Amino acid sequence: MSMRRLAISQPENFKLSASAKKKIATWVKKYPKDRQRSALIPALWIAQKDAGGWIPEAALRELGDMLGMAYIRVYEVVTFYTMFNMEPVGEHHIQLCGTTPCWLRGSDDLIAVLERRVGPRGSVSDDGKLSWVEVECLGACANAPMAQISNDTGDSYYEDLTAENFEAMLDNLVSGKSVYSGPQNTRHTSEPEGGNLTLKGEGPYVEDKLVYLPNTEKKIKMSVHGGAPKAKRKPAVKKSVAKVKPAAKASKPKVIYTDGPTDGKPDDLKKIKGIGPKFEGDLNGKGIYYFRQIGAWKAADVKMVEALIDSIPGRIKRDEWVKQAKTLSKKTSGAKA
Amino acid sequence: MVQLLEDKDRIFTNLYGLQDWRLEAAKKRGAWLGTKEMIEQGHDWVVNQTKASGLRGRGGAGFPTGLKWSFMPKEVGKRPHYLVVNADESEPGTCKDREMMRHDPHLLIEGCLVASFAMRAHAAYIYLRGEYILERHRLQAAIDEAYAAGLVGKNACGSGWDFDVYVHHGAGAYICGEETALLESLEGKKGQPRLKPPFPANAGLYGCPTTVNNVESIAVVPTILRRGAEWFTSFGRDNNKGTKVFSISGHVNKPCNVEEALSIPMKTLIDEYAGGVRGGWDNLKCVIPGGSSVPLLPKEICDTVLMDFDALREHQSGLGTAAVIVMDKSTDVVKAIARLAYFYKHESCGQCTPCREGTGWMWRVMERMVRGEAETSEIDMLLNVTKQVEGHTICALGDAAAWPIQGLIRHFRHEIEDRIDNYRAGKPVFVPQNFVEAAE
Repeated sequence: MSMRRLAISQPENFKLSASAKKKIATWVKKYPKDRQRSALIPALWIAQKDAGGWIPEAALRELGDMLGMAYIRVYEVVTFYTMFNMEPVGEHHIQLCGTTPCWLRGSDDLIAVLERRVGPRGSVSDDGKLSWVEVECLGACANAPMAQISNDTGDSYYEDLTAENFEAMLDNLVSGKSVYSGPQNTRHTSEPEGGNLTLKGEGPYVEDKLVYLPNTEKKIKMSVHGGAPKAKRKPAVKKSVAKVKPAAKASKPKVIYTDGPTDGKPDDLKKIKGIGPKFEGDLNGKGIYYFRQIGAWKAADVKMVEALIDSIPGRIKRDEWVKQAKTLSKKTSGAKA
Repeated sequence: MVQLLEDKDRIFTNLYGLQDWRLEAAKKRGAWLGTKEMIEQGHDWVVNQTKASGLRGRGGAGFPTGLKWSFMPKEVGKRPHYLVVNADESEPGTCKDREMMRHDPHLLIEGCLVASFAMRAHAAYIYLRGEYILERHRLQAAIDEAYAAGLVGKNACGSGWDFDVYVHHGAGAYICGEETALLESLEGKKGQPRLKPPFPANAGLYGCPTTVNNVESIAVVPTILRRGAEWFTSFGRDNNKGTKVFSISGHVNKPCNVEEALSIPMKTLIDEYAGGVRGGWDNLKCVIPGGSSVPLLPKEICDTVLMDFDALREHQSGLGTAAVIVMDKSTDVVKAIARLAYFYKHESCGQCTPCREGTGWMWRVMERMVRGEAETSEIDMLLNVTKQVEGHTICALGDAAAWPIQGLIRHFRHEIEDRIDNYRAGKPVFVPQNFVEAAE
């Protein structure tokens, strides 16, 4: 069990923002009538994001009123679940996994880095940029050791860490530079380092075409609702799939991707509201360095980019990246001229 | 030479996310094929096919999935039925559900529809651990796609069955992976397990008939139905059928997730897929074969043991979640288990006294054992206390905390004794044997 209490110093008047309340309202709709209490944990998480990474007491009362719960019930829940921070945290809050699978692969080295740079477990650095806690298994053990870092751009996993790349990452975070999420070595996800040994090629891997539903009395042809995908209808499964991928690649408009900052100094993408160091790093990683690239996105590009950088769908549109980028692009090209 | 599983027999064909996760790409990989026809075969057909496939729950306990579904009431009374998918993957060593949810989300959504239909449920909740934030957004995006395409929602897939699926999340509590604690948490309470009976099939979520299944158990079902139960039973030994995603972590050259047939020899699994134990197989000290809760196995057993439910149980361990944690000879195994003891102390919900007090006590004694500051007689006392915790709590967390320590004492008692002797003699308590330079 972990012991957790409210912070001693609380903000004088904290109120949940309208957008947070709206988000909570959408969660409440997921549950049957009179069961709105089910939304409490998601609501607390939204409140924590709204309050800048921790939960003030006023938010607990507000949620209690909102969901029709006694305050003590809210308190009971918030102190039980360890993802709720009861005290203010740094701009970048680091949750470092120290459980055995990560420990076996050197999480102690990472702890030493954090103790030196930030202080003992649970502390916030003097400049308020970093804070850290040791947490129990975060479920990325094949990419150990790892940490989850939360800041205003989201909560991402940073995997396959070493003391060196971790230290460099912290430097970048502190100085507001871009950092990549995911594995910090050459791996894509949880495939073995150096390339996948299984699931090679393009797939699908079914050898015989599946046509009839097995183990039924009559022969029943299987269908896909809304029409079978083209790849399944034609006999040559492999061939038709092979066609799909290059086509997808060919459709990538050139203006979106570059092989690197080929056109002089890259733009500071963080000037776009909604892009922080993490997204900037992810975008750079995908060959996007300039405002004009973002400014040229169409709806389909936005969708693709959202998938590439693992953004919440709709975020790019909501924050109007394209529009902002267009304006910024004009400004920078104007300055150059 | 063991025949390895071929790519054509893998269910999770996008396990590493090398392809697109979205609907169109998932359809090309075979998802959502024949879903309507499966549902048209009726509730019992789905249950019977799942039973015939020999699928055992992939979340740790290995209870037959089809049988579990058949416990749900055959008629829907006043109380609606629910499917709850347990995606609170927190067992140390386990990282398989995450890959399925972020790379093959449509298999899970399709599985939710088919499984819910089988147990006459019109709604399913998927409970993700709070830390899986990307996975949650990804899954929600996939669900939105499925709604837009009419695959779920009213008249799902044109089958006439109305079905809604919702994503819910927790906030960092291992205990919420226990099915009744998960239901409590889903109801907006502290995750403290409920007494059973009543079992969830009678009174689960909101007091209604509910079945809780692991992500993998649900996600494999549509593919099993599509390809036939006999295809699934062609892998693995009797009573241990099918394929399974293994997570291999710790002291191997290339940690990874991989889908393989059950009953694959552990040595083959590690050598073929994870690049072998670092420093070679002879540098192996021990393996925890199924997530932190199962007792470890020393090298002598690992040489020949098969990775399935029954083979591992014969050696007083278990398949659990098939999370293979490998430790080489440089490992301070006493400390490794002490760290797990700390984990259970941290994650005990505090409801039952033997677990709340016992996990802390066991951890403190383990820490003294690490330093050698103990009496030899205390080893037996520790073993005795683990037996007092085991089986005396509402849920299995007490057992899970006791087993790793029992495994340690069973196989590495001599190491603890050496430490105590070394400490008394003023020698260094732990010197890693055969330390490997090759490990970089």
